[in-house]
Amino acid sequence: MTDPTALRTRAERTASALPPLLATAEHLASTVILGDHGRRRAGTGDTFWQYRPAQSHDTARSIDWRRSARSDSAFVQDREWQIAQSVVFWVDQGASMRFSSDSGVPDKATVARTLALACAILLNRGGERIGLTGSALPPRRGTAQITQMAALLSQDDPADYALPEARGMVPHSRAVFVSDFLSDLAPIESALTRAADQGVHGALVQILDPQEEAFPFDGRTVFESMTGGLRHETLKAGDLRNRYLDRLAERKDRLSGLGRTTGWQFTTQHTDAPATQALLWLYSALEQSA
Amino acid sequence: MTSLGPIAFTAPWLLLGLIALPILWIWLRAVPPAPVRRRFPGVALLLGLTDRETQSDRTPWWLLLLRLLAVAAIIIGFAGPVLNPQDPRDGSGPLLVVLDGTWADARDWAQRMERTRLALDDAARTGRPAAVITLTDPPDAMPDFQPAQSVAQTLPNLQPAPWSPDPTAMATLADTLSGAFDTLWLSDGLARDGRDTMLSAFEDHGILRVVQTPRSTVALRPAVFDSGNIALSAARTPIGLPLSVPVQAIGLDPAGTERVLASIDIDFAAGDGVGETLLSLPPELRNRVTRFALAGVRSAGAVTLTDDALRRREVALIAGGGAAEGLDLLSPLYYLREALEPTADLIDGTLEDVLLANPDVIVLADVANLSGAESDGLIAWVENGGLLLRFAGPRLAASDVGRTTEDPLLPVRLRAGGRSVGGAMSWGEPKSLAAFPDDSPFRGLSVPGDVTVTAQVVAQPDPTLADRVIAGLADGTPLVTRKALGQGQVVLMHVTANAEWSSLPLSGLFVQMLERLAVSTRPASPDLDDLAGTVWLPQARLNAFGALIDATAQAGVPGETLAGAVPGPNLPPGVYAFEDARVAVNVADADTTLATAQWPARIPVEGLDIARERPLKGWLLAAALVLLAVDVIASLAVGGRLRGPRADVAAALLAVLLIPALPQGASAQAPDDSFAIDATQAVSLAYVQTGDPQIDEVSEAGLRGLSDVLFHRTSIEPSAPMAIDLESDELAFFPFIYWPLTANQPLPSRDAYAKLNRYLRSGGMILFDTRDADTARFGSSSPEGRQLQAIATSLDIPALEPIPDDHVLTRTFYLIQDFPGRTASRDVWVEAAPPDAEQSEGMPFRNLNDGVTPVVIGGNDWARAWAVDQYGDPMFPVGRGSAGETQREYAYRFGVNLIMHVLTGNYKSDQVHVPNLLERLGQ
Repeated sequence: MTDPTALRTRAERTASALPPLLATAEHLASTVILGDHGRRRAGTGDTFWQYRPAQSHDTARSIDWRRSARSDSAFVQDREWQIAQSVVFWVDQGASMRFSSDSGVPDKATVARTLALACAILLNRGGERIGLTGSALPPRRGTAQITQMAALLSQDDPADYALPEARGMVPHSRAVFVSDFLSDLAPIESALTRAADQGVHGALVQILDPQEEAFPFDGRTVFESMTGGLRHETLKAGDLRNRYLDRLAERKDRLSGLGRTTGWQFTTQHTDAPATQALLWLYSALEQSA
Repeated sequence: MTSLGPIAFTAPWLLLGLIALPILWIWLRAVPPAPVRRRFPGVALLLGLTDRETQSDRTPWWLLLLRLLAVAAIIIGFAGPVLNPQDPRDGSGPLLVVLDGTWADARDWAQRMERTRLALDDAARTGRPAAVITLTDPPDAMPDFQPAQSVAQTLPNLQPAPWSPDPTAMATLADTLSGAFDTLWLSDGLARDGRDTMLSAFEDHGILRVVQTPRSTVALRPAVFDSGNIALSAARTPIGLPLSVPVQAIGLDPAGTERVLASIDIDFAAGDGVGETLLSLPPELRNRVTRFALAGVRSAGAVTLTDDALRRREVALIAGGGAAEGLDLLSPLYYLREALEPTADLIDGTLEDVLLANPDVIVLADVANLSGAESDGLIAWVENGGLLLRFAGPRLAASDVGRTTEDPLLPVRLRAGGRSVGGAMSWGEPKSLAAFPDDSPFRGLSVPGDVTVTAQVVAQPDPTLADRVIAGLADGTPLVTRKALGQGQVVLMHVTANAEWSSLPLSGLFVQMLERLAVSTRPASPDLDDLAGTVWLPQARLNAFGALIDATAQAGVPGETLAGAVPGPNLPPGVYAFEDARVAVNVADADTTLATAQWPARIPVEGLDIARERPLKGWLLAAALVLLAVDVIASLAVGGRLRGPRADVAAALLAVLLIPALPQGASAQAPDDSFAIDATQAVSLAYVQTGDPQIDEVSEAGLRGLSDVLFHRTSIEPSAPMAIDLESDELAFFPFIYWPLTANQPLPSRDAYAKLNRYLRSGGMILFDTRDADTARFGSSSPEGRQLQAIATSLDIPALEPIPDDHVLTRTFYLIQDFPGRTASRDVWVEAAPPDAEQSEGMPFRNLNDGVTPVVIGGNDWARAWAVDQYGDPMFPVGRGSAGETQREYAYRFGVNLIMHVLTGNYKSDQVHVPNLLERLGQ
């Protein structure tokens, strides 16, 4: 049974987090200026794109007779590709994302959510359908969808390391996974292969705190995960640094190798770096894989 | 209070806590430092990693030691340690503190005062009245005992005296003592008469404690003259191992400053109480010595003053006539030499050489005629205080010196020929001497009857004659006359210096007369007869610390007192003068020996060294705090917590501790060297920084352009031009300096002018450019021109002329007749040709200027014509069109000629002679 007061408090806290999240995401998205959001290539759409000589696979219906009449060969009128794409997001909500090494650095979850939401806003402006993996928010267009997505993104997962959700992906759509990818790799691997099986390409964004990248510890230390579920005690933390960094590099390698085999792209974003560059990278990665 | 060596504890039982330290060690060692708990999502990657080292599960030993030291410091600190604990002094009733107060006390007088103060403090604490007396200045009556605090305030008045206590005064003091009191006697450590009297007197009245430190005391005896050397001796106590003490001879140097003139060691052999040494000094130096002192000892006993006994007059002996071959006994100087040798330093030589040596006395034996220079020099010397003693003789009698007018170097006029008495061809008997008159310096000397005079020169009767006679013959004729001349005097003995004319030189009277005339030196110490009835004025007084004090304002001392020569309150050691005689009274006399005072076994003898109680509790607790503070940082470091701001604070603390230890100012000399190295690696042109950045930039660009041209066209390959600061940079590295003038350029400083003049004289060249030839031509009509005049006023610039047509500048590399820059004025000035320069035969030019002209002055703004930018393109337009480019080319050619001229001098001028030379060689 849920205590109403606690629920109210939690709801208010969630609601209060929402506008800032939306606002930062909007602010971030506004830094990328989009022009006319055509695909700049032939495809299905409404607007004229170009005439091209008819080829053998073109049906006779598609021949533009008005244009063809002006010359001896047959021409086909191409239209600009305006088909809307579905982009689904998975943002790690796990407890590990709520880590921040310094009060001046935002926690990883904030960065991940802002990044995902900003990308979603951009895509929404571009006319794409956006949604979340799983069944909570299927891809749809519109501002209401953004609001709803923001609300869903603001929820926290009590588990230490959240498992990637690969269900509910439209085949041949695009997907963005944002996480620190510090948990077990097997679920991630299986999620990616499943997505690749469905023809879904996308981008992996690893969000890391500067401390996780540097491991600046020394002395006798007990390391705990954010919920305290995992513990590791060492007598000489400085001694572990190189081995930890090796493991981290190995993990990054595996992720990007995984991406290469499945057609995903991989990047690492640090929480103390400006989010704009990650956003730009993400946007261009989606463009490329489109 | 429990005592443990020099340290005592107020609460010694607390020290048992130290037993707990080993337990603490084991306990602390077993407990490792607490781990840090960190939230870290990356822990997933850490799982399975094991520690390779297991060192830090126990506290490091040094950290343990640090903590144990801190705990130990706390325990010991609270146990109340006290350094140099003082036992409370027994005794009650009045306390009499007795000091010897002699010169032997002076060396550590401050310690004695401190010891006295401590005794008075103790007395004040226990409420005992006290009094302080010194034996060298004993009170007339029994001293009043006063509260110890007020007595302590009078302590600064006590001073040691530079003499020893008088035994009779001590006996008097022993009689006046009355009442019961305890005595603390601070002995100076020397045995002397009367000490036993005082000892029994003090013991009669109460408990006596004695303070005496075993230490070495050395007294310097008076220096005596010993066959050309100064004999120094010193007495010491205790007598034991070999000892060497350095003695310094102190006196005024020629500049009048007191300094150490010589230094020598007196060595005491093992078991010897007296050490002696001989010091050999040049007479000039020896006469300057005013006192001898043991180096580094502040005591009157370590100083001995010198007086006439050590002072030897320098006497120059000059005889008339050449080196006539004759018997020694007939030599005019033989008797003088015999009489003076023991007591004076004799100088031989020509009069000119002798005058340079500036002796005290010059004796002219039968010297009649002096050259003008000799005479002038001699007069000047006498007027400066010299004593000229002349003896008559055949030559003087035969000469015309002082016949008609009085010679400045003779006291009286002389009659021609002199006279001869008692000889075979004369009337009368040889004359004897009359008794000396009262106002004569010879007063009191007895006249032996056998001294006779057979011949003499005779003074002309003059109004002044009577005043000048200081000795006469029995018949009243003057035998010795004297007159003052300036600060000195001229004395004439009317007889010869040998026994030819009189038997005076054979008698003892001769020696006494010489002594009275201050020709020879006085004997070592005046005897009582001489001293009777005289009053000797103190010149300088010696205090107990061995310092010489001016005493001219003090009352004189009767000669009788001086004769005893035992220093005391009535006769403080010092220098006493009577007329021109000086006698020194010293603390130690020639027979002084020293011995250490011995005390009966019943008297407790304490050392002088006293140590105040010093509680150590505060220090130990502070040390514990510091150790704990260090422990904080060390613990953080060991536990890996020393990160972030903590590390910054710790680093700042360390930095504060370490920075003062770093060497500072190590790189002061480096820039100068780099400038010199840059300037001398290759020929480089230089320009003077005007302070106007634009002008400086143009100068730099201009010289760069000229350097490029030189590089391309000639064998001169200059490096990049350099800017010089006249005030700080060395100019000698540069053959050529370009100096653009601006109206508001500051004048160089005096040092810079000196540097510039040195530069110009040693072959450097400065090209002054007023840059105003287009508006003002060359002259003072522009601000730059006036500035040039102002700057050049103090420069060593020779006479100038406009460059003549045949100047070597016109042909050192290119043949040019114009020297344009950006403007093309002909007014360019160089050093003028010497007036005797002539055109050589068959040559189109004169042979001019054997050197390089030090300055070239013009206003053609050459730098702008030469200036190129970084791509080698001209920066400023010159003239118009191709004519302008021609002018720029000529500007470059002028520059090339100029630098060639600087670097090769008149080489080109000499080259024109080559055909002639070849012709002469017959080729």
